Amino acid sequence: MRWLLLKDLQILRRSPLLVALLVLYPIVIAVLIGFAISRGPEKPRVAFVNLVPPSASVLDLNGQKIDVSKYGRQIFSRIDPVYVNTEKEAVDKVKSGDVLAALVIPADLTQKLEAGTGPASVRVYYNAEDPVKAQFVQDTIKAEVQDANTALTKQFTKIALNYLDLISTGGQISIFGKSFDVLGLEKAQAIVQAAQAGLPANSPLRGDLGQVANFARLARQNLDLSNGVLAAVGTPIRADQTIVNGGTTPLDAFAVAIAVTVSLMFVTMLLASGSLALEREENAFLRLVRGLVSRTGLLVEKVGLAAVCAIAVSLVMLAGIALFVSLEWGRFPLWLVALLLGGLGFGALGVAIGGITREVRAASLLAFMLSLPMAFLALVPSGAVSSGLYDVIRVISALFPFKPTLDALNSALNKSGSIGLPLVHLAILTLAFGVIARLSLQRFA
Amino acid sequence: MRESLQATAATERGLVLEAREIAKRFGDREALKGVSLQAGRGELVAIIGPNGAGKTTLLSILAGIQRADGGSVGRPPGEVGWVPQQAAVYGKLTVAENLRLFARLEKCQDVPGVVERMLAQTGLEERRDDQVAELSGGNKQRVNIAIGLLASPEVLLLDEPSAALDPRQRERLWEFIGGLAAEGTTVIYSTHNVQEAERYAAQVVVLADGERLFAGSPRELENLVGATDLDFEAAFVAFLRQRGH
Repeated sequence: MRWLLLKDLQILRRSPLLVALLVLYPIVIAVLIGFAISRGPEKPRVAFVNLVPPSASVLDLNGQKIDVSKYGRQIFSRIDPVYVNTEKEAVDKVKSGDVLAALVIPADLTQKLEAGTGPASVRVYYNAEDPVKAQFVQDTIKAEVQDANTALTKQFTKIALNYLDLISTGGQISIFGKSFDVLGLEKAQAIVQAAQAGLPANSPLRGDLGQVANFARLARQNLDLSNGVLAAVGTPIRADQTIVNGGTTPLDAFAVAIAVTVSLMFVTMLLASGSLALEREENAFLRLVRGLVSRTGLLVEKVGLAAVCAIAVSLVMLAGIALFVSLEWGRFPLWLVALLLGGLGFGALGVAIGGITREVRAASLLAFMLSLPMAFLALVPSGAVSSGLYDVIRVISALFPFKPTLDALNSALNKSGSIGLPLVHLAILTLAFGVIARLSLQRFA
Repeated sequence: MRESLQATAATERGLVLEAREIAKRFGDREALKGVSLQAGRGELVAIIGPNGAGKTTLLSILAGIQRADGGSVGRPPGEVGWVPQQAAVYGKLTVAENLRLFARLEKCQDVPGVVERMLAQTGLEERRDDQVAELSGGNKQRVNIAIGLLASPEVLLLDEPSAALDPRQRERLWEFIGGLAAEGTTVIYSTHNVQEAERYAAQVVVLADGERLFAGSPRELENLVGATDLDFEAAFVAFLRQRGH
């Protein structure tokens, strides 16, 4: 068998264009898929004009100072701002298509916020020529305004709490530059109770003052409760996130696992299917199985050849990726196990294709045509389709080696989930496709 | 009478291959109907017949590629060299690499020695480092035959060895095959070219519709037809016609 392996490697060495395509094409595809998955859309260009005069950019709410421009800057993390001076200029840029949207902070924003009589608003102009980008811009600005609102609400809540504290316990308040003393419910209660004690025992005012003192006590107690209520208003709903399925793999790290799986799939399947079909095209199959090599031995050799070559390509790819993404080399043995089982699974599928099609061109075409749907189906997330369709997709994905290989590699590379189950799954698939390939050789010649 | 003469000739030469009552069916179709064959040492045996007669099927069974549904072959397939009609060689490998690969797979003791011997025997020493894909059809067929001879079999089976060769290449091929027979290798070949059977074969086996109609020398076939003024091809056609084919 080793002589056959040597022969196949010699043939590959003499086919540099084929080898280059076999190595480069899957790497390019893998990198593109990884790129598409890990990278969001570009930042949209948005014209930005802040009409609030610099002197008025700080809100003064009874001594509490809030720099509104700080919240405006927050939005720039998600957009590519194009600064302009006037609202007209901003709108013109949107009309001309120079920018996708314009965000205008009106001059009276801080005044309205200080007055507190109603919500202040910013103005947004969209260019909807590209619906996808327009939607993205809308969502981005909406999300950012929401974030700014939340941050401002927290500040307002803090101020409101100070007011309540002032009403409850008393203190000083500054209005239009003048300071005033506020008695507060606590002191008012004490004064009323003292006055009540100084009255004759049969005075009818004792009961009235008792009611006032009681009101002051109850009001103070309820104001204490309102602290919690106001704090909740700042963040009415908070999301406590718990991962039920899968690991905590960052998108970039998951993209690495996908890229390597795609490469492994292409190289192994194309090589296994093509090299088996080549034995028939070269008319060598019958000569070989006439006592020189068993049919099963020939399949093992083809699967081994494809797996070894694909693992080598995958490792080189991982080494290259490691220059840009942090990989845990301490888990290298697990990488190898995942790559080996994945390679064997894809190799077995490849020889089954080669055995069924019997021609190199047909085998390569079928291997190629099967590869991409197999990969895409395995990447469909739950919730993207109806639950019934998702179940069907899961079953189909389970019949092919892409999904378990991805799971095994994701586990080996990113410590995401268990590696044992996908490896067992791959071993079963290898056996199943091996049997199909062996049966196909009955009519191979 | 003819059978006994043929058997006597084969025995005189030393019987090296005997197949008895070989039968083969493909579904409802009977591809071979109890075909027997004997070949002596160094004998050239041609299997001829119209298309679909069962020539390739018979050779495949003798080579162990297909299993017979009935009958027996006196020599195990591993002891028989087999050369398929289409060159079963790797185009991307050189002549020497092809020979070396198959010599290793045949588990030859002295691989370099066997390769050198085959290169000399086929006259391909100067082309040893050429990729087979670059060779002419005739030279490819030589490599194909050389691979069949690597294990030094006593019997060599050739399926349409001269098909797709030009006359000059055919001539050189038959010189080579004749040399093998002269050295004691029994060569059994199928051919569509009746003239090649007459010129080179000591024994001709005629098959038609899976049935063996004749086994003997070309002269015996001509005599059987009883038309001495006909050439061998005409005699062969007349023979088939007499037998209803």
